[in-house]
Amino acid sequence: MINIVPPALIFIVGSFFVPLLKGRVQSVYLLLLPVLSFVNLIFIPEGTHGVISFLDYQIIFCRIDRLSLVWGYIFHIIAFLTILYGINMKKDNEFMAGLFYAGCAIGAVFSGDLISLFCFWEMMTIGSVLLIWARKTRKSINAGFRYALVHFFGGVILLVGIILYSYENGSIEFGYIGLNGLGSYFIFFGFGVNCAWPFLHSWLTDAYPESTILGTVFLSAFTTKTAVYVLARSFPGTEALIWIGTLMTAFPIFFAVIENDLRRVLSYSLINQVGFMVVGIGIGTELSINGTAAHAFAHILYKSLLFMSMGAVMYRTGKINATDLGGLYRTMPLTCIFCIVGAASISAFPLFSGFVSKSMVMSAAADKHLIITWFTLVFASAGVFHHSGIKIPFFAFFGHDSGIRTKEAPLNMLIAMGIAAALCIFIGAFPATLYSILPFPVDYVPYTMSHVISQLQLLMFSALAFTLLYLSAIYPSEIRALNVDADWLYRKGARGFLWLLENPLAWFGNQVKTTVFVTIPQAFVWFSRNPLMALKVAGNNMAIALFEESFTKEKVERIRTRIAEVLTDYPGDAIRYSHVGTTVIWVMGFLLAYLIIYIVSGRIAL
Amino acid sequence: MSKKYLFDNPKNIKILLTFLFGSCLVLVIINFFVHKHAHFSWEEWSGFYAAYGFVACVGLVLAAKFILRKIVKRSEDYYD
Repeated sequence: MINIVPPALIFIVGSFFVPLLKGRVQSVYLLLLPVLSFVNLIFIPEGTHGVISFLDYQIIFCRIDRLSLVWGYIFHIIAFLTILYGINMKKDNEFMAGLFYAGCAIGAVFSGDLISLFCFWEMMTIGSVLLIWARKTRKSINAGFRYALVHFFGGVILLVGIILYSYENGSIEFGYIGLNGLGSYFIFFGFGVNCAWPFLHSWLTDAYPESTILGTVFLSAFTTKTAVYVLARSFPGTEALIWIGTLMTAFPIFFAVIENDLRRVLSYSLINQVGFMVVGIGIGTELSINGTAAHAFAHILYKSLLFMSMGAVMYRTGKINATDLGGLYRTMPLTCIFCIVGAASISAFPLFSGFVSKSMVMSAAADKHLIITWFTLVFASAGVFHHSGIKIPFFAFFGHDSGIRTKEAPLNMLIAMGIAAALCIFIGAFPATLYSILPFPVDYVPYTMSHVISQLQLLMFSALAFTLLYLSAIYPSEIRALNVDADWLYRKGARGFLWLLENPLAWFGNQVKTTVFVTIPQAFVWFSRNPLMALKVAGNNMAIALFEESFTKEKVERIRTRIAEVLTDYPGDAIRYSHVGTTVIWVMGFLLAYLIIYIVSGRIAL
Repeated sequence: MSKKYLFDNPKNIKILLTFLFGSCLVLVIINFFVHKHAHFSWEEWSGFYAAYGFVACVGLVLAAKFILRKIVKRSEDYYD
């Protein structure tokens, strides 16, 4: 199998050559890399390749099947578009980290065993932390550290799970795992950290908006979607995922409504969209898994498109808070149009990509008569239109006129956004192409009259609600503020923990230290200076404590004075000088005792 | 800066709003003539999606504004 290049290799190895090249050569190289990797991927036949024996295990770098290919294709497409988007910025370090990160995500998707999966999983964390740090502000550096801590924590949990699982099953093959056995629960949880489950999600909304313009576009595509892939691979039909996913679709939209940083709004809606995919995995039917795969494919495109448009706004204005923006449609009309296409896609307007992918998951939920989930998903669909579909374009490009008059985004950014927008519309208008690459045969028709009308009703009346609330000034005005989220637990919690360490725990530790290393040794030292005298004092003290009642007052007084006298000149005349003769007598005595014991014991033995 | 842009003219905003209200009305009317094949019985009610979308969004905004913001809002340097 030497003639097959594992799909991840071209990106990962290629990333290290980025800083060696300059100018035009570097640009061409960067754009060719994903194309080359894509061509390589297409020519690898389905099946398992790149198997290496390691200790007793089979490491599989290249497991190509219909499930992994969906993610493989879209990862290549989005890597190409992201590079094209950022090519004018000439940020060697970001391209290097981004390519490395994308390569590891591709590696994770195509790995067929848990060991190589784990390695790619951890390397992804390194790549993404470098992307966050690339912004080089104090905020981004701190956010990067927090991101790293959360992900390494998740990674350790995953590693524990893998070790337990391989011990329980004697195999490290990465296939269906399902929730049985301790190891599988650890693996499930480890995947969940990267999948941004509720309460584990705040690394995402904390760190993504702090990254660079290019970095955030890279980040939005890979980490969570890789987690969705591994869950779809190993835990389809796990009921817990239905509830986790349902929660994920609902709670972020409340945060998104009151958030000021527009890229953070998009981060919240990212969790909301991943929620739909997680529900699809939890349902576990062919339709729902298809829905998850299709939605991941469509989602990566429109989410990147939205982040790209916000990045373009940031690139031109240097601002990203809704309070500072507004009215940019005047000078950035094309960016505005592309943003609206992305917004329409995420909101699942008919003829846009979200419409043909999200509805598969919702249909699957309805087929199973999951009433609560279904109501929540419809609510979340209305909600995502509200904050991503309307809020993002409205506050950036319309709304109040911020007075900013800038230039349209650079040409390469426009082309990248244009291609992404075109793909969103193409998928929405001609879903058959996307459906043909899904893991299972598709028997689903998105464009029925009743579906289109229902969806349009839902969306237009959501828009109506927004309009009426906005016109009546009930809509929450944007405020320069920070909204605490689950990251409060470790950001403030860490301080509480430090306080706990510095105060009660440090006091306790200090007490133990002084007792063990100071008080007790000193007592020994004191005792050993004159053991006889010390014992005498102890004896006297004991005598008083025990027999004070029966002694006469004078006697007690006498003993007390004696103790006080002894203690004042303790250790006193500790060293008693003896004559040699005395010593000899002692030695003779011991020898005699030894002789007697020897004779007596000998007699007894006989 | 005397250049006039699309929505600087109040008339255009009015057109947009009319279009929005009009399309909502049309959707409700069309609804009576479309045969629904639904999973749930309530999906067959006319205007279920319209009402749900509207109520959901109003509820969402009110809950976010009056409940969630009260709980989670802090000053921008809260963590510093």
